[in-house]
Amino acid sequence: MNTTPALQNLHAIDILLVEDNPADVRLTREALKDAKILNQLHVVNDGASAVQFLRRQGTYGNAPQPDLILLDLNLPRRDGREVLADIKGDDALKRIPVVVLTTSRAEEDIVRSYNLHANAYVTKPVALPDFLAAVRALEDFWLAVVTLPPAASR
Amino acid sequence: MSDKVIVLIEDNDDDVSLTLDAFKECGIAHRITVLRDGAAALDYLLPSARDVSALPDKSPSLVLLDLKLPKVDGLTVLRRLRSDARTKRLPVLVLTSSREPRDIAASYELGANSYIRKPVDFDEFLEAVRQISAYWLNLNEPPPTGT
Repeated sequence: MNTTPALQNLHAIDILLVEDNPADVRLTREALKDAKILNQLHVVNDGASAVQFLRRQGTYGNAPQPDLILLDLNLPRRDGREVLADIKGDDALKRIPVVVLTTSRAEEDIVRSYNLHANAYVTKPVALPDFLAAVRALEDFWLAVVTLPPAASR
Repeated sequence: MSDKVIVLIEDNDDDVSLTLDAFKECGIAHRITVLRDGAAALDYLLPSARDVSALPDKSPSLVLLDLKLPKVDGLTVLRRLRSDARTKRLPVLVLTSSREPRDIAASYELGANSYIRKPVDFDEFLEAVRQISAYWLNLNEPPPTGT
């Protein structure tokens, strides 16, 4: 007997998407809407807001601690690489899996992201069907296969 | 025979054959190297500088790491891999039967890329291996080797 899927379904998985491109936000939302696992997508459009959301600062006082973070690299106000360093350098946040989701295929970005302890690195496909398929594959793995970390005490 | 390697660190014979069967069913081209304890895993992944022949071009595509291992336990293996320049970016998935929140938290804090609980049912296990392959061998951008 494996009761895990039922248990995971009891509460929606909170996903934080850090993305400034409205089209990518819309597509990601679209792809996740039909997910097999119940999820709640939270979106912030710049790096500074991402850090505020995660630290429950300012208008984000009631923000949930996300179970998974999808992080673009090129962001206004605070760069995605800096946000990644903030997350992985913070004892209350560092265990949250961060998937870098970006158009950059530059080796420098890939190496730097892993050096900053990104859990995974996925390049956004340009073609629409491919983009949707990538988000769904990402969701299949991270929501259905992976055991996400328990929330840190805070 | 492909020169791409997946390293499976697992001491339980049943789990080893189950995993090999599941990967075979997925039709991946990778060779699977099985290491039965934590010390063998470290010898293989972090060969001593004297063992020059073992060093080049051996970076695996993926490491699947059990936690409860003889000689050196899985969390210690993970810690050692993450503190060595040769393996700190290596994709390491913890694949274990443990559902202890402490193990889950420690694995992520030590830098596991993902934590996966082994499904008991074979069909579910097969599906998990299929998803692992699809995600880590196709979708994800691996860290460049040799940097």
